[in-house]
Amino acid sequence: MNITDKVIENHGLKKDEYKNIQKLLKRDPNFLELGIFSAMWNEHCSYKSSRKHLKKLPTKGKQVIQGPGENAGVVDIGDDDAIIFKIESHNHPSYIEPYQGAATGVGGILRDVFTMGARPIALLNSIHFGTPAHPKTKSLLNGVVSGIGGYGNCIGIPTVAGETKFSETYNENILVNAMAVGHAKKNKIFYSKAKGVNKAVVYVGSKTGRDGIHGASMASAEFDESSEEKKPTVQVGDPFTEKLLLEACLELMKDESIIAIQDMGAAGLTSSSVEMASKGSLGIELDLEKVPCREENMTPYEMMLSESQERMLIILEDNKEEYARKIFKKWDLDFVVIGKTTDTKNLVLKFNDEIKGEIPIEALSSKAPVYDRKWIRKKLPKKEIDIKKLKKISLEEGLIKILSSPNYSNKDWVTSQYDQMVMCDTLLKSGSDAAIIRIHNKDKAIAVSVDSSANYCNSHPITGGKQIVCENWRNLISVGAKPLAITNCLNFGNPENEKIMGEFAECLEGIKEACEYLNYPVVSGNVSFYNGTNKKNIFPTPVIGGVGLINNLNTYLSHHLKEEKNNLILIGKTFGHLGQSCFLKENYSISEGRPPEVNLLNEKNNGETVLNLINKNLIRSAHDVSSGGLITSLSEMAMSAKLGLKISKPRKLRNPTEYFFGEDQSRYILEVKNENLDKVQKYLKNNNIFYEIIGSTQKKYFEIEGEMKLDINDLCKINNQWYNNY
Amino acid sequence: MKYSVTITLKKDVLDPQGKVVQNTLSNLGMTNLKSIRQGKFFEIDIDENDSKKAENLIVEMCEKLLANLIIEDYKINKLK
Amino acid sequence: MRSSVIVFPGSNCDRDITVALEKMQFKNEMVWHKETVLPKSDLIVIPGGFSYGDYLRSGAIAGKSLIIDEVIKAANGGCLVLGICNGFQILTETGLLKGTLQRNKNLKFINRDVFIKVVNNKTRFSLNYKKNQILNINIAHNEGNYFTDSKHLDELKNDNLIAFQYCDQIGEVSDETNPNGALENIAGIYNSKKNILGMMPHPERMIDNNISNTDGCSLFSSLLK
Repeated sequence: MNITDKVIENHGLKKDEYKNIQKLLKRDPNFLELGIFSAMWNEHCSYKSSRKHLKKLPTKGKQVIQGPGENAGVVDIGDDDAIIFKIESHNHPSYIEPYQGAATGVGGILRDVFTMGARPIALLNSIHFGTPAHPKTKSLLNGVVSGIGGYGNCIGIPTVAGETKFSETYNENILVNAMAVGHAKKNKIFYSKAKGVNKAVVYVGSKTGRDGIHGASMASAEFDESSEEKKPTVQVGDPFTEKLLLEACLELMKDESIIAIQDMGAAGLTSSSVEMASKGSLGIELDLEKVPCREENMTPYEMMLSESQERMLIILEDNKEEYARKIFKKWDLDFVVIGKTTDTKNLVLKFNDEIKGEIPIEALSSKAPVYDRKWIRKKLPKKEIDIKKLKKISLEEGLIKILSSPNYSNKDWVTSQYDQMVMCDTLLKSGSDAAIIRIHNKDKAIAVSVDSSANYCNSHPITGGKQIVCENWRNLISVGAKPLAITNCLNFGNPENEKIMGEFAECLEGIKEACEYLNYPVVSGNVSFYNGTNKKNIFPTPVIGGVGLINNLNTYLSHHLKEEKNNLILIGKTFGHLGQSCFLKENYSISEGRPPEVNLLNEKNNGETVLNLINKNLIRSAHDVSSGGLITSLSEMAMSAKLGLKISKPRKLRNPTEYFFGEDQSRYILEVKNENLDKVQKYLKNNNIFYEIIGSTQKKYFEIEGEMKLDINDLCKINNQWYNNY
Repeated sequence: MKYSVTITLKKDVLDPQGKVVQNTLSNLGMTNLKSIRQGKFFEIDIDENDSKKAENLIVEMCEKLLANLIIEDYKINKLK
Repeated sequence: MRSSVIVFPGSNCDRDITVALEKMQFKNEMVWHKETVLPKSDLIVIPGGFSYGDYLRSGAIAGKSLIIDEVIKAANGGCLVLGICNGFQILTETGLLKGTLQRNKNLKFINRDVFIKVVNNKTRFSLNYKKNQILNINIAHNEGNYFTDSKHLDELKNDNLIAFQYCDQIGEVSDETNPNGALENIAGIYNSKKNILGMMPHPERMIDNNISNTDGCSLFSSLLK
């Protein structure tokens, strides 16, 4: 095929990028080579717009075994145990075919984790849809939820936590981010760096079909009307084969056979082979006629760019071929040596002994373009909202409006479609601040949570970036876990737009600042740009997935109230910040103002103190106060336990609306028994923590003195109805 | 009028079910089996005498609901 | 007491049931589906999961595997057989248990804790339960909607072959307490000789207070007697 301007454009390459290719090759590329460049140089694989900013994130710490740059990040959890985790987006495929898009998103992230030698122990997700009234939302919601469940349930890994949100900003571009967490032995972690020349390059797993050809390019292009035509490229997930691949890989990993291993994700065979060779500063030579194909007459171009799922590339030690082959045969999987490592530092592609393409590895990796895109700062919104000018709403009305809204309704409809208990180590399920997974056969556990707050990030990206790291940190603290590290999925609009690029740069500044201050490094992640349609970009939506450690199974907590007549203590200062609040959004459809300020000093001090109190077994339940304010958090604690509580009127004269709905940060609610109250207060005072005793637990009624009193069962009913009626 | 509709996955789309069924049948000794693709089958009875109109309606049913055109094809057969 | 857990490609509760059996002092072995000889066992367990991805029909392909002939032989010889969730579906596909498991009536996968009641507490699987004891137990399935013909249903009732029924906290059996549309709220059944039990709920998930409760323990301890 002739390489015309149109062909170049269809491959998502800009004119000057094409010139650069000619320069690097010192000739024109052929069609196959062009395809390979397009796959490796697109945003998804090359991080060309984001790299400069990502570099600034803190990625190191005593707890970090492996930071970004591998298939997933690795943290140390003591003894000989390590946790391997990563989050990834599958936004565009899920919008086109929600079931398969979401399912293959889960499959892909699982492979990233077990490629490194971990047995996956938990799945999480963050899914964002358009408004419920949008005609596409319902079927997208149904498809995505059953796709996530379909894959995770079948492969037998519990889906334990996540968030499901609705906002008009996602009407034309939903977000489906999936996170996988695995457990491995510290001395049994596998990397993707090739070593040694003439080592066998082995293809294992499913056969290659014409699935998702140009999927990686699609993920990096804005949608337009013709997106519908790109549909046939969506891949179909096969969780059954993935389960076999998982077991076969883990079986092979018991031995010392593997030099390097890499899953074939976006850009399939191309990116996996280039990545391994590049990390090892080697070359790689593939005999493409050996690639197991599902369809007849597949061309080298199709084989190299196919995104068929459930495949891996392995570089084996000498003389291990037969041993490895037996294992894959046992699991009914293809196992074919398709090439070898070389010292040429070139990617050489042969088909029936004829060289069809030859590209220096460097040209595809370290010499891929990096852009320092223009960006502009966003000013802190000046406008403050004067609630005295709004129609007065009672606390009860305001709370009911929130609890019955799509974003704050009970998510049982979603989570009951996921197997949360398989593997029998789930100590705390969805619906808590964080889920808790026991390390199998051990007296310790990890806590995991995913969070995002797009409206804060949109209003003021630096504050939003900081806030979301802090909220994630708080969620882990609230269940009694020491936060270790995070993975992030950065969902943004078109980076060629300097306003969007500014949102990205500033969110990252915020994330960096919070992560550094809290010693909460970023160990893995994924960037998804071009989220939006026809020039309408989504709100900046960085999603943070955090992992924390619980060293003693006797000290973790849920946010369910435990018994009557306990004290409720509010940790942290309440100023009554209503800008960007859920209260204004749900009750007045106002989404203005600035996000609440984040004070990292207080955040850290409050968090560490609460964690110590939990570890001392002085707390019965704990919950962080976030979106929806104090009253919403209290209602969540009450509803989850079907237990009531009574809050006394705040002593100082304050506007109750601001007090109860304000979204000031760094706050927690603690349930404390009478007998421990003195001890807890003393400890709080010694650590200079601002706190208020706000009330106590009681039977049956959710009560705020002089303001409202509701039967807890009625509150639950209000909270449960939205999904069932949708 | 009665029609049948057969929905199968498009030619190049992976068919995990078909693959497993094919392997199992081979294991049961049916060795000359070449390939199996699975699908769905509908029998549709509609109250319409004009076969042109009826067929258009069936096509509409397929495209609007029965088939997921992103990954599936449909075939329509007239029964009587 | 020796137990064997049959492992199919796609089984995913095999580890969970093994943990439970070992905790309850069974001497357990895992048996890969391609084996043609069963180890000597007093109890055979077919675990939950998605054998062969649940493709075609859940349990259908596993019902044709090599080891299944051995399981059928052993069961006919009186060996105790327990099928949980996908294991129950496989047992109906082999014909060892009658009836079938259709898709849940809401057409969705359901994972939640439900209440079931012990209808017959006089079998090898249920001796340690009280009659009508109510258990809080986890279900996790797509196809748990039990169906059988009226003749077999009469047999189930007359011969006391219904093992468990979905109910509420106080044992009331009604449509509201039926999570998946199963006929007569049936959650588990025995064969006529009562040496085979198939059930949709997961007793192996209910043996540890840290993650749930211990309502499943008595099933395993009954078998030890």
